[in-house]
This record gives sequence, structure tokens and C-alpha cells, in this order.
Amino acid sequence: MTGQFTQDAPETECLLDSMRQDVIGKPLVRIDALAKATGTATYAAEYPVKDCLEGVLVTAPFARGRITGIDIDTCLACDGVVAVIDNEKLIARCAQGTAGEAPVQEVRKVAYWGQPFALVVAETFEQARDASKHLKITIQDDDLSDIPCDPQAVEPENQQYSSQGDLPHAMTEAPHSVDAKFTTAGHASAAMEPHAAIAQWDGQTLTVHASLQMLNYNISELADAVGLEENQVRIVSRFVGGGFGSKLGISAETVAASLAAMQLKRPVRVAMSRQQVFQCVMRRSETSQRMRLAAGKDGTLQGFGHEALVSNLPDEQFAEPVLQSSEFLYAGDNRLLTLDLARVHRMTAGSVRAPGEAVGMPTLEVAMDMLAEACSIDPVELRLKNIPDRHPMKGTPFSSHKLAECLQQGAEAFGWDSGLRKPRQRREGEWWIGTGMASAARVHNIAKAKARVTLNPDGTALVESDMTDLGTGTYTILGQIAGEMLGLDPSNVLVDLGDTRLPRGPGSGGSWGAASIASAVYVACKAIREKLTKYANVTEGELNLKDGGVEGGASFAQLLGDKELREEGHYEPGDIEDDYVAAGFGAYFAEVRVNAFTGETRVNRMTGAFGFGRVLNERTARSQCQGGMVWSIGAALTEALHFDPRDGHLVNCDLAEYHVPVNRDVPELEVIMVEERDPAASPIQAKGIGELGMCGGAAAIANAIYNACGARVRDFPITPDRVVACMPD
Amino acid sequence: MRPFHYTRPESLNHASQLTASSNAVPLAGGTNLVDLMKLQVEVPRKLVDLNRIGMETIAEAPDGGLTIGALASNTATAVHARVRSDYPLLSRAILSGATQQLRNKATTGGNLCQRTRCSYFTNIDQPCNKRQPGSGCGALGGVARLHAILGTSAQCIATYPGDMAVALAALDARVEITGHGSHRSVPVRAFHLLPGDRPERDNVLEAGEIITAVTLPPPVKGRQIYRKVRERSSYAFALVSVAAIVAMDSGRIARADLAFGGLAHKPWHDPRLADLLIGEQPSAALFDKAACLLLENARSHGENEFKIPLTRRTLAAVLAEATEIDL
Ligand SMILES: Cc1cc2nc3c(=O)[nH]c(=O)nc-3n(C[C@H](O)[C@H](O)[C@H](O)COP(=O)(O)OP(=O)(O)OC[C@H]3O[C@@H](n4cnc5c(N)ncnc54)[C@H](O)[C@@H]3O)c2cc1C
Ligand code: SF4
Repeated sequence: MTGQFTQDAPETECLLDSMRQDVIGKPLVRIDALAKATGTATYAAEYPVKDCLEGVLVTAPFARGRITGIDIDTCLACDGVVAVIDNEKLIARCAQGTAGEAPVQEVRKVAYWGQPFALVVAETFEQARDASKHLKITIQDDDLSDIPCDPQAVEPENQQYSSQGDLPHAMTEAPHSVDAKFTTAGHASAAMEPHAAIAQWDGQTLTVHASLQMLNYNISELADAVGLEENQVRIVSRFVGGGFGSKLGISAETVAASLAAMQLKRPVRVAMSRQQVFQCVMRRSETSQRMRLAAGKDGTLQGFGHEALVSNLPDEQFAEPVLQSSEFLYAGDNRLLTLDLARVHRMTAGSVRAPGEAVGMPTLEVAMDMLAEACSIDPVELRLKNIPDRHPMKGTPFSSHKLAECLQQGAEAFGWDSGLRKPRQRREGEWWIGTGMASAARVHNIAKAKARVTLNPDGTALVESDMTDLGTGTYTILGQIAGEMLGLDPSNVLVDLGDTRLPRGPGSGGSWGAASIASAVYVACKAIREKLTKYANVTEGELNLKDGGVEGGASFAQLLGDKELREEGHYEPGDIEDDYVAAGFGAYFAEVRVNAFTGETRVNRMTGAFGFGRVLNERTARSQCQGGMVWSIGAALTEALHFDPRDGHLVNCDLAEYHVPVNRDVPELEVIMVEERDPAASPIQAKGIGELGMCGGAAAIANAIYNACGARVRDFPITPDRVVACMPD
Repeated sequence: MRPFHYTRPESLNHASQLTASSNAVPLAGGTNLVDLMKLQVEVPRKLVDLNRIGMETIAEAPDGGLTIGALASNTATAVHARVRSDYPLLSRAILSGATQQLRNKATTGGNLCQRTRCSYFTNIDQPCNKRQPGSGCGALGGVARLHAILGTSAQCIATYPGDMAVALAALDARVEITGHGSHRSVPVRAFHLLPGDRPERDNVLEAGEIITAVTLPPPVKGRQIYRKVRERSSYAFALVSVAAIVAMDSGRIARADLAFGGLAHKPWHDPRLADLLIGEQPSAALFDKAACLLLENARSHGENEFKIPLTRRTLAAVLAEATEIDL
């Protein structure tokens, strides 16, 4: 049986508000927390598989050209080596999120430094790794001087252009304006668990334990890559040690392990080295951006321009959607938004947590700070003044909009001083102290999803889907949804995820996971409730379920005898997506200290206030917000991919040299959740939260640096050398 | 990683004999060596594990100084009561490096001998004169953000990345070395070499020589400061670091032992700085003069240009703190 729901109109009534179990929104601890903390949660590479061979990927040490020959003999002669897989089905790039088909497979045509082209398989990992260094190739590399590795040096393609009114005119007419250029560095997802897979082939079915985010698409990608039907492929991904976009689509290890297992008829494990993870999975594109803001005397925006240049490999569709929230965040009649894409030979650019806003919002929000200064207006006030009623170009209404509340509540909690702001006012010893703020915005995404729910007469339930949990708490919130709807303590709900044998979920990505899969579970539970009304002989409105049965009445055992109730819930976004602008909003406030001598910046404290629809679990939602704010600190101060300008190789490719924030960089992070219901976002009235926390936070820090020491740095990350270079002495 | 032999001798003599053979290297905490072996940057045929020789003690020296065994862990050294009271500079320098877990494994000898973090050195698909003499220097003309500005050569612009040795250079400690049946003692300031035209050599150790200890001279009066500048507040190598022991006498500088990290292929010690500073009243102008002297021959390589002003500013901050003047 199936419950089907397609959302074409706002859902103002949601059953979750009238249920009796009272577990929705509660700060339940993640049910897998203990297993993870004690090391008993099994990650992709950790499954004990008998007779497993070990594979090591071999990558190209040049950025563009052709591999004309691979001499495998020396390699095959090495101890323990079983095979060298160099077949034409290996993938050269990772699949983009939601691709659903194999990515570029021409491994011998090299498009970036570090592109995988072969797999060495041996009895032990050490043997495979050693032998992989003996693989000799003959190459025909293109003229090095001709390799475009610098996005500024190539003629870009226009990806997006929208214009309204006359921005240049508005800029010259306006009493106040800002015209500023920015750059942001490329980022790596830097998930803790490296990409890994164990593949097994029994002659009919390919079973792969992998670390992937979106099994619903990955199964099609993998089947397409290795030439099987989808029903011959099973992917299992029960725990994922972080993905942040880098595991949206399949990567080389999964395909290579599969091909090797199929060829050798033995299980094969392939785990990327940390360096390979950096060199050949998704990067976030570096950007260069120009912001133009024109405002009236009172700060009302009249012109809004945001132009960006990003990069990707030839033939890739993806262009970092820098302007995504700029389209609707602030008013202004004269608008110009352009996005250009330069084709360069660096590894595939794709989704890294909050693609677009992660780098578009910080620049916009620094420009807003500059405008506030130009207008002598409090920066919070400037933002409040410019919140549009509707999408400034399309005229569509917002599904819900909590920016004003977030700004106000955040300012109050932080103790924001709305007086006139001037840099270099507070000094403690060697340190300049300053504060800054920024808005947050992130488009709301939602995806179609299926889940199966079984209510057992013993008062337990089972929730099943191929949805993944990246450590975010999906297992836990689904137990809460089913528990709330069916009147069960969440500890009595078993949630089974991460296996393509189960109904197709939405996958985890673009912050859509929780709202989409929870909606499917909600739809399934609704269908079960409908059946229960018959057993209990009441209407839906009278069906009060709690603690394993009808509240104050029959238990499920009494009601159902030995019959279980099983329903699939199918949820689809529907037409409503075109009728509303749906987005999460928020505000950040940061206090930093900047060393007057060395330019080192440390964040003293940070407050974030966010509105993202219904809170499903207060603890996991808070963790997402905090995680996003930690990423904001990294984007603001330390994270940058460095490419060699001559051969395009990635220079810093491990966690010692690619600097994500460490504990000591992260102060107490205060999170305020501005509770709301968004009836157009999803039937459970929830929006995405996984990315909102890092959509502008870097600007709050950048603005605080300016307020502290007077250095207006427009290049992210704001490293000590850049602060020193901009600091007035 | 290449297959290798592993031995664990029980005596220093035996260890030294074993390491005298070609391509045999000592293993201490392994936090640097093993990483580099995995990357095939280091491909020793034989590892000689020093952990059973009994060189981990930290003991009083007859002259009132302190002897720190080559196998004493960085943690043990940093928390040692006498180190903390008499050589706080050393304690702070060690604690500013790496992470707790790494410091628990890392040793005195290994720390002194840790290799450069130049990313062309650690990427075997890039040219590097240090790893493969004659192959060229990838960092020259490449991304050289963390590279040296002092004492570089046309062959190599790498830095010695450590912190502990910078403090030891300021403290004028000595490296005790045993090998081929004899013993020698080398000042830390002379232990590391400049790259010149033999960048493959980091320091004066010859095959078969083993560091047995580091000896600290009797403690001296003065304020001890270790300042490490970096973009993230922990778990990062120094962009620039300054180790300083500064004593004042009636408003004038009486001692100024300074050493610098992140600037060169070795902890940088310039004896002219003490000559310039001693006997003078501290002032911004004086500190500036010291920086000019220090950086007289500084040469940047693209992105590391910032190290020149950063060194100047950091030195001023440290001297101001040490002499208690406001700048
Ligand atoms: C991620 C990371 C971050 C780090 N950050 C810092 C930092 O911020 N600051 C810092 O100073 N260091 C840092 N380190 C480096 C760390 O301090 C060194 O790895 C450590 O000190 C090496 O000591 P070990 O005993 O493990 O040496 P090993 O790895 O065992 O040996 C290193 C070298 O020394 C030789 N050797 C060891 N003992 C002797 C001996 N007695 N006689 C002769 N030769 C010997 C070995 O043959 C080898 O060549 C970091 C390391 C890592 C991995
Ligand atoms: S700087 Fe030295 S270590 Fe780095 S690539 Fe050049 S020669 Fe090698």
C-alpha cells in the first residue's frame, strides 16, 4: 500500500502539531552517537570481508594530455600484485550531485593533475601501494605553457545573466554607493572519512559498501559506469563519515573497486589516500566577484549588482551558483546579476557544503557593511530596511521569511551596539577588538522521496529507505517523526537506512535530506493512521496515539492482533516550487580580536540566529548550525586550496596543510533557532538547515576585523599577511 | 611504502653500527619518518628503532644545566618541572607545535631532525633537489608561501619547520652525538645546515651518528618568550616564530638571545642582533634597526614576500613585550 503526496499548495495544517507523543523537536541524542564514539559504527572500508583484495588508485602526474601507453609488467612483477585494472570503464572525474549517469570515463585523456587512470590490485594494501609507484606510463602531454590553470587568463563563458533597470545609471545617481571587488579561494570538503569502497561480485549482483550521500542517484551512476542494470547493483552506505558534497556522486574508488571485483571475481577494497581525496574529488571553485550597491540617503537600495567568475573543467555543467541568494535577499530596482565560467584544468568543481551562498553571501555581506558605513547607518538597520516583500525580479512571494526576526533576536542576544560604528576603538594589549554582523540566506531545496513504515502489533515500528545519514542525525529524526505520528517512543522505532534494497529516498545533499525524507515518512505514517482509524473506529481527528496504542485505550496488540500495518510514503515537491521563493534566513554576529602586530585574527564569540521552518530535533539542528558556523570561521580565516600556477597541481593536499579550523579556533557558538512553520516548504513545514550556518558567516568575521583594526580585506581567507597589508599603521 | 627491514637494538653502539650501513635510518617516534615513508619520500632499506636503548631520561647536568635524552618525548620535556621553571621558552615552543597526540610520540632527536614541510619535497611527482639531488627545485617559481627568506640558495628555499629547535637555538643548547665509537657535541646553532648546493643534507649528522641528548646550559636571567605566528591557532607550522631571552639592567638591554623560525633552512640566529641591542634603551627605533639588520639579506620568492614585514612586526612585538615598553 502506498500513501502518495504531491505538494502543489501550502500545507497550513500539519498533523505533527496535534499529535500526543510529544517527541518532535525534542533534543534527542543521535541514536548512533555511542556507536560512533566507541568505534563500533562500521564505515565503508571497515566491513570484514573474506578474501578481500586491496586496490590502490594510480593518478596522472600532469594536468593535460594523453596517456599513450601503460606498461603494467614491472608492476605485475611486484610482490603480491594480482592485477592492474586500466579498463575504459574507469571514471576520470567524479559524478556531479544528482547526475544519475556515469561521469566522464576517458581516463587516458587527462584533464587535471591527479586524475585517476588505473587501479593496482594486490593481496595487501602495502603491496598495492608500493606496486602502484612502479606503474610506468608513456604520455603525450600538451605544451605546459598552454595549460590554462588560471581562471583569470581564459575567456569565460557566460552562465547566467539577468538585468533589470539600469544599474550603472543608478550607481552614478545614488547618494551612496559601493563598488568593490572580492576574491574567495577554492575549498575542499575535507570530510574526515576518505572515499572508500568494498565491492563484491557473485556473478549476478554487484554489492558495494561505499561512502556515498545519494544512493538513489549513485545506483544509476554506478550501473551506468560498469555496464550493469540497476537491479544487478546494490549499494550499502550505513554510515558516512562526512560528505559535504564530495560524496554526492560516485567517485573513482567505487567504480574501480567494482570493475576489479567483477574482473577478478574476488572482493576488492579501494580507499583513497588523503592526498587523493584532495586531488581528485570535488573542489569548490575559487571565485572573483564584483559587488555594486547603490542606495538613497537613508540606505534604501536602488541598485544591486553582483557579478562573479568561477571555474570548472571543460565539459562540466556545474558552475558555483554564487548569485543564488543575491537574487532575492535585498530590494533594489536596478539589478544586474552575471555569472561567468572559466574552463581550467583543475579537478572537477562541484558542490561543497552550501554551493553558491558559501562564497556569494560573504562578499555581498561585506559590501553591505561598506554601504552601511557609507550611509552612516547601523548595519543591522540597513538590512532591516532592505528586506523585500517579494522576489525583487520575479515578484513571487516568500513562503516564509524570518530575516528580520533573526536580525533582531541575534542582535539582542549578542548585545549588538547599534551606535555609530568606527574602526579601531577597542584595544586590549596587542589586540584590537571589534564586532561585525551579516545576514544569512540559503535557498530551500526539496526532493522527491520514498520511505516504508511498518507498525508492528508489539508496539514497535520499522522505517526503511535508502536515505543516508552523514552524521547529521537522520536516523534519529526519522524515529522522532514516526514516533510522533504513531504514538511510539522513538526508542521503539527501528530506522534502517543506507541500502539500495530499500525504497528510494532523496539522498543527503543541498540541505534537502531531512525535510524530504521526513515528509515521506510522514506520508507513510498518515496512511497507517488512516488504517488505524478503521481498527479503532474513530476519525483521524479523534485518533490520539501515545506510548504504543490509543491514548488511554487499546494497545496496538489489542487493536491489530497479529497483523502489522505497512505503508510506503511517496512524497513529491510538486508545482509549489514555482509559486514561492523558499529559503532559510538568519543573521550572524561575531566579535574578533586582531593582533596589531601580526595580523592574526581569533574569533572571541559568535552568535547565529536562524529561521528554517520546523525544528525536528533541537540538538541535531543546533549541531548543524554550529557546524556551519565553524565552516564560516574556516572560510573567513584559513581555508584555501593552493594550485601551482605552472602545472595546475594542488599544492596543499592534506589536513596538515589545508587548514580547517581546529578546536582552539572555535569559541562558544551561540545558536538561536527562530521557530517558524513554512507551509510551502514541505508537508512537515520544515526547511533545510545543513548549510544555512555557513551562508554569510565569514562576512560577520570580515566585518568584525574591519571594525577591530581598520583592515578591509576583500580576499578570503583573511590570513595574517592580508590583514597586515591592509591595516592602517 | 617500500618493504624494509626493522631492527630494535638494545645498545647505542649497536644502533650506531646498524645505522652506519647504507640506507639505514634511526626511528624514534616515527611521526615524521613513517609519514614520509608512506609517501615514498623516504625509502630506507632498514629502520633502526632507538626506543629500547634507554635514552629517554631528563637529568641534571653537573654544571647546573639539564640533559634531555634524545628519546624523551616532547610532552615529557615540555612538562618537566625544571624545564618549566628555568627554560619556560623551551616548554612553550614545544607546546606550540603539532598536537598533544603527536607530542606524546615525538622525541627530542626526531624533532631536531624533522624534515621540511615543503610540499614539493613531499610530492614525489614534483622536482625537488632535497629529495632527489639535481632534479630541480619545484618551489622556486611555484607556491612558496611558507618558504625561506634568509640563507636560501638557488638549489633550495625550504625552511626547517620545527619550533623546539628555535627555542634551543636561543638557549644555546648543544646536541650530543655518538657515532663510530666517538662522541661529539655540536651547538644547536650549528647543527642544521644551510641548503647551499647540497640541500639533501639537513644537518651535520653523518651516517652512523645518533643523537643521544640535548644539553641545556645553566639557566640565565631574563624574560623568556616564544611567539609563533600562524593563521590558525593550533596545529599549524609557524609563518614566523621568535624565541627570545631578554634581560634588562637599569632600563637598558643586558641580554638579547634571539632565534627565529620559519625564515630559513635552520633556526636562525644572528649574533649581530645581541651586539646591536645590548646596552641600548628599548625603543621602536631600536627594534626597527634590529629588524633591518636581521633582514638585511632577506629575499622573498613570490608569495612569501609577506614574511619580511611580518618578521619585522613580530620582532617588535616580542621585544616590546620583553622590555615592557608600549609601542
Ligand atoms: C600534522 C603534524 C603537525 C606538526 N606540527 C608541528 C609544529 O607545529 N611544530 C613542530 O615543531 N613540529 C610539528 N610537527 C613535527 C613533529 O614535531 C615531528 O614529527 C616530531 O618531532 C618528530 O619526532 P619523532 O620522534 O616522531 O621522529 P621520527 O619520525 O621518528 O624521526 C624523524 C627523523 O629524525 C631521525 N631521528 C630520530 N631520532 C634520532 C636520533 N636520536 N638520532 C638521529 N636521528 C634521529 C629519523 O631518522 C628521521 O629522519 C608536526 C607533525 C605533524 C605530523
Ligand atoms: S625548496 Fe628545497 S625542499 Fe622544496 S622543492 Fe625546492 S629543493 Fe625541494
